Amino acid sequence: MRDWLSEIWRCREILYFLAWRDIKVRYKQAVLGVAWAVLQPLFTMITFAFFFGRLAGIPSDGVPYPLFSFSALLLWTYFSVTLTQVGNSLVTNSSLITKIYFPRVLLPASSAFAGLLDLLVTSLFLVAMMIYYHVTPRWTMLLAPLFVAQTAILVMGAGMLLAALNVRYRDVKYTLPFVTQLGLFVTPVIYPMSFLPHHFQGWLALNPMTGIIEGFRSCLFGGAFNWGLIGCSWAITLFLLVLGGLHFRSAERVFADIV
Amino acid sequence: MTQSISVEQLSKCYELGLAQQETQLRDQLVRLLRNPFHRRRPKDILWALRDVNFSVEEGEVVGIIGRNGAGKSTLLKILSKITYPTSGRVRTRGRVASLLEVGTGFHEELTGRENVYLNGSILGMKKREVDEKFEAIVSFSGVERFVDTPIKRYSSGMRMRLGFSVAAHLEPDVLIVDEVLAVGDAAFQKKCITAMQDMRGGGRTVLFVSHNMAAVENLCTRGIWIANGNVRLDGPTHEVIEAYMASFASADGAVNALTDVEGRRGSGEIRYTRVEFLSKAGEPQTVTRCGKSLVIRLHYLANEVVEHPSFGIRMYTEMGTLITDTSTWLHGLDISRVAAGTGYIDLEIDSLNLLPGRYYFSLWVDSSVASHIYDAMEHAIQLDIEEAPVYGHSRRVDSRFGLVYFPQRWRLDGIGGRLSPAANA
Repeated sequence: MRDWLSEIWRCREILYFLAWRDIKVRYKQAVLGVAWAVLQPLFTMITFAFFFGRLAGIPSDGVPYPLFSFSALLLWTYFSVTLTQVGNSLVTNSSLITKIYFPRVLLPASSAFAGLLDLLVTSLFLVAMMIYYHVTPRWTMLLAPLFVAQTAILVMGAGMLLAALNVRYRDVKYTLPFVTQLGLFVTPVIYPMSFLPHHFQGWLALNPMTGIIEGFRSCLFGGAFNWGLIGCSWAITLFLLVLGGLHFRSAERVFADIV
Repeated sequence: MTQSISVEQLSKCYELGLAQQETQLRDQLVRLLRNPFHRRRPKDILWALRDVNFSVEEGEVVGIIGRNGAGKSTLLKILSKITYPTSGRVRTRGRVASLLEVGTGFHEELTGRENVYLNGSILGMKKREVDEKFEAIVSFSGVERFVDTPIKRYSSGMRMRLGFSVAAHLEPDVLIVDEVLAVGDAAFQKKCITAMQDMRGGGRTVLFVSHNMAAVENLCTRGIWIANGNVRLDGPTHEVIEAYMASFASADGAVNALTDVEGRRGSGEIRYTRVEFLSKAGEPQTVTRCGKSLVIRLHYLANEVVEHPSFGIRMYTEMGTLITDTSTWLHGLDISRVAAGTGYIDLEIDSLNLLPGRYYFSLWVDSSVASHIYDAMEHAIQLDIEEAPVYGHSRRVDSRFGLVYFPQRWRLDGIGGRLSPAANA
């Protein structure tokens, strides 16, 4: 295990170059460039604000609904888009895997890493929105990057597991978009956790994104931290990271033979 | 001397059918539900390598030869850690660079410059190293003018050159090269060979896989012949090559079946089925000697009546140089129609004035009145031409003396005070 990690550390530049390639290629021929990163959560937020905030009147814990949903969409979009990319990272790079050796885990890692740029651009927009809605700055905002980091770790953990499975079982590829789509509804993006009846809330805690998004909002808008929920989310995140890492390591020996 | 590579008891097996049968998680789950206690049945197993042993000293340049499917590529993939052995072990010393493909990881949308960095990094160079060698890489490749152009606008030759150039600047301790010289134009091939020879001078260990026997013979000090997943012969290059070449004659016979040729083109109304090499007397031959006559019999199968076809054949050297191109059209022959069914056409060569070596043939049938190709295949068959005392003398005339010879004589009449011919011998 130590060898594995030290080799990854030695080859960290490849991670950077692969992520750089992904970003470069994604925006090379796009007129709007990185602005695309903002458009998807922006339009989703507008739709949500109209249907769920305005028409359905879903509460938002006292935060303006657009801000409430956009803050969650920032993390959720990164999670769902990047998880799909991480899950497909080995299959889409099969020509590399069969022709050259480098630590395989750098492929999912670079996808997870590249997605952070979009997230960064989107957060600038979130900051602008917060200024527009006169959100008062508070020291807990400094904790927000911690939840961003947790999302990245979660994407990496679940992603390694899915990417390795995807090499062997191609139906993972078809299942993933469907799962992330449904996942939106079992994560408090559209509604606050408090909106649900109490006995559902426990089940929702099993979704690690629940703790992340609730915690992220508490940092930004000053709600009470639900430490039990956050702890549970971290436990699941770290469990997935270890599980994903172990599975990936045992599966990577045959990647080149079956991909 | 220290060992650079050591391979002990190396085996690799592939489970056949695994790739097709159980790629759906759904199927796996269904199988588990139906029959939860059933163990997975052993599948068809293919041993790509079995008990391979050899070691390579530092600075040796070893050529690995063998037929397609003999296990060469699997061996290289294991040595370069792309895939893992089923059993046995491999030890390598120092930095290993493997070049199973030129320009691995090149991305169409990125510029030449960006791809040099990406490719270099994937091959194991640090960014600082690429920075230092960037100028040298680009000038070696000869694509300076296009370095900031996306490589989707590059020709395949330019891509090759850039890719090889990155690899040539890796400075690894062990270099593993697979058949990369098979593509690219002759001038660049020569440049690559020179670059690899410089590596040999620099004390690098090189493993070189190729079907180009001339390149193997020129570059390598030692040959390893892999057959059926095993080391068949390991020794001085030319001995191994000779033994390998000799194995073709006995196994393949004089008939070259053309049923599973790769990369075949054409619409298929008429196709070549096999090729026979015959002597004038009609005896089959697998090898022929310089200066002998030869009949090339091209068997075909016409699926329907074909009008005005032209049968053609092109002959190449092992390095891919075109020697001659001939066809019935070129001879002004008009074949008004070919009936459906099988048949053959003979090309008679009175004197095959080629020097020893291996030659390849490309075949085609097209229409002599329209631009339409019925069948075409490149380098589909080969013919070995062996030494013969072509100048009526016992001196060896081999491939070092060129490609062709002409019936000829030296006249010594003009030399004053002639010596007797005996002193000359």
